Amino acid sequence: MYNKITIIPGLIIFVVLVTSPIWYNGLQAGPMPKPELPPGGEQKCVRPAAEMRDIHMSLLNEWRDDVLRDGNRVSVTVNGKEYRKGLQMACMQCHSNKEKFCDTCHEYASVKPYCWDCHLSPAEAASKKETH
Amino acid sequence: MIEKALKGKPAYWMWLAILGVFVAIGAVCYLRQFVYGLGLTGMGRDISWGLYISQFTFLVGVAAGGLMLVLPYYVHDYKAFGRITILGEFLAIAAILMCLMFIMADLGQPLRGLNMILHPTPNSMLFWDMVVLLGYLTLNIICGWVILTAERKQVKPPKWVYIFVYISIPFAVSIHTVTAMLYCGLPGRHFWLTAITAPRFLASAFAAGPALIVLACLIMKRVANFDAGKEAISKITTIIMYATIINGFFVLLEFFVGYYSQIPGHMHSLEYLFFGLEHHGETYNNLVPFMWTFVLFCLGGLGLLAYGKIKDKLSDGLVGAACAMIFLGLYLDKGLGFVLGGLVVNPLNQVVEYYPTANEIGITLGIWAAGFFVLTLLYKIALGVEHEVEG
Amino acid sequence: MDKQRRKFLKIAGATALAGVSAPAVVKLTSTPSFASSGQEAAADAGQSDGHGEKAPTGIRYGMVIDMRKLYGNQELIDKAIDACHTVHNVPHFDNKQNEIKWIWKTPFANAFVEHSSYHSSKITTDNDFAVLCNHCDNPPCVRVCPTKATFQMENGIVAMDYHRCIGCRFCMMGCPYGARSFNWFNPRDHIETYNPDFPTRTRGVVEKCNFCAERLPLGKEPACVEALKDSRALVFGDLNDPHSEIRQVLDKEPTIQRKPSLGTKPSIFYIV
Repeated sequence: MYNKITIIPGLIIFVVLVTSPIWYNGLQAGPMPKPELPPGGEQKCVRPAAEMRDIHMSLLNEWRDDVLRDGNRVSVTVNGKEYRKGLQMACMQCHSNKEKFCDTCHEYASVKPYCWDCHLSPAEAASKKETH
Repeated sequence: MIEKALKGKPAYWMWLAILGVFVAIGAVCYLRQFVYGLGLTGMGRDISWGLYISQFTFLVGVAAGGLMLVLPYYVHDYKAFGRITILGEFLAIAAILMCLMFIMADLGQPLRGLNMILHPTPNSMLFWDMVVLLGYLTLNIICGWVILTAERKQVKPPKWVYIFVYISIPFAVSIHTVTAMLYCGLPGRHFWLTAITAPRFLASAFAAGPALIVLACLIMKRVANFDAGKEAISKITTIIMYATIINGFFVLLEFFVGYYSQIPGHMHSLEYLFFGLEHHGETYNNLVPFMWTFVLFCLGGLGLLAYGKIKDKLSDGLVGAACAMIFLGLYLDKGLGFVLGGLVVNPLNQVVEYYPTANEIGITLGIWAAGFFVLTLLYKIALGVEHEVEG
Repeated sequence: MDKQRRKFLKIAGATALAGVSAPAVVKLTSTPSFASSGQEAAADAGQSDGHGEKAPTGIRYGMVIDMRKLYGNQELIDKAIDACHTVHNVPHFDNKQNEIKWIWKTPFANAFVEHSSYHSSKITTDNDFAVLCNHCDNPPCVRVCPTKATFQMENGIVAMDYHRCIGCRFCMMGCPYGARSFNWFNPRDHIETYNPDFPTRTRGVVEKCNFCAERLPLGKEPACVEALKDSRALVFGDLNDPHSEIRQVLDKEPTIQRKPSLGTKPSIFYIV
């Protein structure tokens, strides 16, 4: 191999840098996230919890297309209560503490969904409440 | 062949370094815009397309200009262009890259750009613009690279590459026609709503592109020991002259249609661009000096070239000056006048003027510098191969 | 390059291409959200729609603005604008360059560019006219959008999908009425109070009046119409239903529209 002196150390440094997320925390993944259940005490969601963990993003995308593009705003019913389909109008009504529920897993998995750039979390909405 | 770009005289590296500084400034400015929003530009609710899109419009034309070298050589066997078609193809690559960068800089949500591919919309001309721009970029990369490699190895290019060369000819016309169709199909914008928009675009493209190539050839004659040949330069300047005259004719036709019909929609934009528009007591004329510079530069360039051809005194200096004037003039016409002139009177007949901000200009210069950076690298490679082959 | 190396590179390149595009192909052909678009699934919308019956030709929403009730009562237009902008979390900008407006008022000469303003009556010159998105039947903005982020719904409303908009602003170029606004900055810094029932938008997307598509299924009228319900200056309804109130009004009163010669077939009518 030509230029062994530059290439081998370079390769070692590269491998070390690229695998740094694995060894940086001592080969630990950090504490498992513990999302808090809805403060209102609701136990049922639109789907079972295990299913929601898997597909809540796809479900939200389906709802988005249903409501916005097809005009299908049929509400979702959970435990007899009716909610309008959507992140802000259904999910956030029960899971009103976004920081303690949604964010715990998202931060752990380093996922940055941009939903809340537009959709108001209850905390955000309350920050600029209408004061008549 | 890339190694040809890695060795050069100090002047070469200085030039790349200077361009690099502008690219860095542009990158910082873009980062600010990405974080804060397009409000950092001078665009607004009424002038929602500004410097970025107008630069893109002009550069699509420059990219199409390479056709004026490819067509005579590959279709009509005009041997004198043999050594410089590669310059046209490489210019197309650099120009299209600049176009794509300007579009990305202009998007409000650039990270969603893939939506244009995930949700193809054939009724939108912007979709077709993406298709033909990416197609033309790919074609030029394939053709340029394969043919240059073949030349380096002193063999004939493989037969299959000629299919791509011949496809690139209608593609070159299509990229600028589709870009013109972005404008000429909008019912609310009367300055653009004319069939002559596409022919005007093509005419000025076929003057501006070759003009830049001639300038590059003259510069490379000085610094890189590359002579394109008197016949080639002379023929290209003829093409440039005809294209500039046709573009001028089309502009004059626009004036006739606007002023003879006296219909405000067509007239007011021309009035704003060339004479200043009076509206509710205020005069709006910030582009007037630029537009008359366009007229003078194009006429001056034409005059110089005509003189040179008649007296057979086509010296490098004269050709260089003429081509620079024509290039700059056409830039002012299409890169500033066309888009901004069409937007100055908004759909509610209110007049709003546009001034770019420093951040916006920084990004614009950065992208131009990035394009010239790529162009320099590509031309260095092409010239490197030419010198290697010709000894 | 020697033949072995060239062969290796060719195979490596082809494999990489296949490997990169395979998940994309799988994803694109399997997700239901990709398959649903405004046109196809809209056919099902009729059956599952929770409220009201559809006429055979479908609903087409429209609005009549009776300016006669607003002459000399310009504060009513302000009331409508306020209602709309509050309900929809529309931000307020002071300078005209960055402003976002879904409905606003403007003089006759600006609203009705194709009509003569030559020797207008005093009432015409003294009053401003309410303008908003016309929800055209033949919308140029929908035609030019490269991602179908703006699209026409079955009920005639020209809607915006803020999730898909890439902010190219081609729709703003296409609209002959200047009805669209772009979020040049993050709008949240410029909203005073939030309506918790409606999202905001984010910077980098285009927005406009949506005919209160979120209020209609709840049986409510558009916010602007409700704000002026005492004067009934705005009449909203189904243009395809010959017995609707809006059709009665259109049968009785002469109306004009903005820029009719462009063939956009707007859904907003003005009694001037």
